[in-house]
Amino acid sequence: MFGKTSGLMVVILFLFTVIAVAAAESIPPKVGTALPDIDLLMPDNSADRKYLGLPSGGKTFQVGRIKAKVLIIQIYSMYCPYCQADAPNVNRLYGLLESNPALTGKVKLIGIGAGNTSFEVATYKKKYSVAFPLIPDADFKIHKIIGEVRTPYFIAVKITDGGRNEVVYSRLGALEDVEQFLGQIVRTVQSN
Amino acid sequence: MKIKAVLLIFIICFFAGNACAASAAFENNIYNPGELKPTDSVLKVGVGNEAPAFTLPALSGKTVSLSDFRGRKNVVISFVPAAWTPVCSDQWPGYNIIQDIFESNDAVLLGITVDNIPTLFSWTNQMGKLWFDVLSDFWPHGSVAASFGVLRSDGMAERAMLIVDKKGLIRYIDVHNINQRPPLEDLVRELEKLK
Repeated sequence: MFGKTSGLMVVILFLFTVIAVAAAESIPPKVGTALPDIDLLMPDNSADRKYLGLPSGGKTFQVGRIKAKVLIIQIYSMYCPYCQADAPNVNRLYGLLESNPALTGKVKLIGIGAGNTSFEVATYKKKYSVAFPLIPDADFKIHKIIGEVRTPYFIAVKITDGGRNEVVYSRLGALEDVEQFLGQIVRTVQSN
Repeated sequence: MKIKAVLLIFIICFFAGNACAASAAFENNIYNPGELKPTDSVLKVGVGNEAPAFTLPALSGKTVSLSDFRGRKNVVISFVPAAWTPVCSDQWPGYNIIQDIFESNDAVLLGITVDNIPTLFSWTNQMGKLWFDVLSDFWPHGSVAASFGVLRSDGMAERAMLIVDKKGLIRYIDVHNINQRPPLEDLVRELEKLK
């Protein structure tokens, strides 16, 4: 009798632990914390790898390996009307980053296609002439880790030496005012 | 026995629910029915069969018949289960940005649900202006879905994709897991086979 009760307690304790860990991971990234470990699919084109400062080879990479001081991450989907409408604004953000010598190479931008296959990511990239890397997340694996946020969602992380990172921006919603968004990111990073 | 039961309940609770990247466009307006039986109907048609004829009211105010396209266009029919549900709301907006892919394959898209026109009006308004016809299979309820064998026992349609060629013959059927969105590449690959 004691053995069965003890067994039940152990099973319940184990399951509560598993659920607690899962719940902790399913919260949207909070400012001041580190982004959870996510494995991003390595871009198959050399231009994207060069932009991110990644070597060729390897199936996945982590945020900490990107050569940048700050990484802006757009969580989007080709099936999301707000993301579609916001695509020109995000393209303009990329243009501002690449045309400002103070930011080029230091602040970089990627998109993660939540629930989007490689084909769907490529379709969106072509449709909106997206010049920055878009990473597929076909099975929602990354999307689950970062709290199943609605789209579009923007996260900015400061990448420190040694590949550690700190979330400095985390918000739901389209960019709309690109200059204001970029100014906020720059000020946040400068004040840290 | 009790241990097994408790274990089973925890596992079911832990893995319940479907993943979907709901667009902020639908925030607070989506009813999540949870994980549903993947398919719940018996197909009445097969690849190579002539597609059942139908005429349905469209959101645009006109009526659309499958025969309108005979000899002119390939027809992609996208049945989705219901308005205001998670996966459906994240399916047609994607097709809305690939009109060029349909046109390059000489195809039109017909979106069909068992909802009535007012519901479809409100729901699709969240998707932006759609280039394709949205048809209501509301009354007699689900009769077109039933004629294809994709009407579920609860009155919703399956998440089913069919391609009907210019001769009116069915060339592709995907009665997809209702909880998941069909990958776009599957549809495009099948459309390109028609060339």
